[in-house]
Amino acid sequence: MGQRTALYDSHLQAGAKMVDFGGWDMPINYGSQIEEHNVVRKAAGMFDVSHMTVIDVTGEQCKAYLQRLLANDVAKLKTPGKALYTGMLNPQGGVIDDLIVYNMDGWYRLVVNCATREKDLAWMTRQAQNFAVDIKERRDFAILAVQGPEAIAKVSALVTPEQAALIAALKVFQGVEVGEWFVARTGYTGEDGLEMLIPNTDIVAFWQQLVAAGVVPCGLGARDTLRLEAGMNLYGSDMDETVSPLAAGMGWTIAWEPAERDFIGREALEKQRTAGAAAKGAAYRQVGLVLEERGVLRGHQRVILNNECVGEITSGTFSPTLGYSIALARVDGEIGANVQVEIRNKCLDVQVVQPPFVRHGKKVFE
Amino acid sequence: MSETPTELRYLSSHEWVRIEGDVAVVGITDHAQHAMGDLVYVEVPEVGLELAAGDEAGVVESVKAASDIYSPVSGSVVEVNERLEAEPELVNSDPYGDGWMFKVTYTDDSELDNMLTSDEYLAHIEDE
Repeated sequence: MGQRTALYDSHLQAGAKMVDFGGWDMPINYGSQIEEHNVVRKAAGMFDVSHMTVIDVTGEQCKAYLQRLLANDVAKLKTPGKALYTGMLNPQGGVIDDLIVYNMDGWYRLVVNCATREKDLAWMTRQAQNFAVDIKERRDFAILAVQGPEAIAKVSALVTPEQAALIAALKVFQGVEVGEWFVARTGYTGEDGLEMLIPNTDIVAFWQQLVAAGVVPCGLGARDTLRLEAGMNLYGSDMDETVSPLAAGMGWTIAWEPAERDFIGREALEKQRTAGAAAKGAAYRQVGLVLEERGVLRGHQRVILNNECVGEITSGTFSPTLGYSIALARVDGEIGANVQVEIRNKCLDVQVVQPPFVRHGKKVFE
Repeated sequence: MSETPTELRYLSSHEWVRIEGDVAVVGITDHAQHAMGDLVYVEVPEVGLELAAGDEAGVVESVKAASDIYSPVSGSVVEVNERLEAEPELVNSDPYGDGWMFKVTYTDDSELDNMLTSDEYLAHIEDE
């Protein structure tokens, strides 16, 4: 038996098919993954992501510590509540994890992945030795992502007018403390919506209210197709400790300025940047792929150009919104607009595009 | 829970087989469609294709995974379910009915003896 979130029984009641995910028993779907996907694109769905890890970083030097720890710069978070997506790198420039950090007005809150929890905490603790900071995991929170064009309205109807006003004032990528709850306008679907940190003691009742309001429980299956359509990386598939953020479409998350900010991994990334296309492998980058004929692109399929392997798919799926298959791939340098992918010993023509594939329910690539 | 009709025969690779005279009708089990989740493509064999028992006869792909479909008998494909090209979800909604995949002739009765009964198939998926 794996670890269970506070919503475990609620999932079973909703007819969930449970699977092991990083040591947790989590819902993969509640019947049809495609229907769950579509409801998030068109109305509102909700995901229990309580298996993810919340870490509060406090103390006098919390800002300086995170400026050393993270490739993006928390100094960009000028107002309380603002959020930043960033990689946490090792000295070789590989991605230990990707995470979101919130400015909590004098301290910071991080949400990191589930499967990386232990190594993240160990790494963060080790790096904290030279800083006056306190690192505290918050196991008391459940995390609920309510996503879709109707998500904010559905949540707002269930809270007090004062709370609804706080939520209504949220800008994209911003969070706010609402009593004991923390509510952020973030997500992993490419739709508008909220990610809500709610005490374990409150979550079951709130889940039931949302179900009654017509918010559809959605599993990790739909979460994966939604994030891939939105062109968002999945840790462990699209990048890991051996992959540079520059090769994983995360270049925009590296804060190069100010040049004197010596974040972990900086030196390695700077070498990669100056080596450029000269060195084999130094020019690896992420592209999107689209297969309009029958077949499904999957992780580890090889990308072929002029009969040579130029990279591989890191995540692939059937896109329920588009009706054909899409993928993220890591390829070596410029490969043009048309390549092939090898699927079960056959080479099929695919189009190279710039992710994302879908935003706010609509196709967005050329 | 998934259904496993007693009048059918099964392969450990999760195909079901219905004998209709000298033809075997083949599909994938309710257990298999549940495990795969929503199907998005079904590739059926071409009519006329000669198959040996155990040959790959087609592919089903769900959002999650791809899985080969094997022929339970040796013979030639006489009919395929063309509706599955446009409606792969029929395999999810009606795996033993409208979700059938192909019909193949057979001549060697002993091949039928190699298949599992519903009880044997249920025991097999318990063990998996």
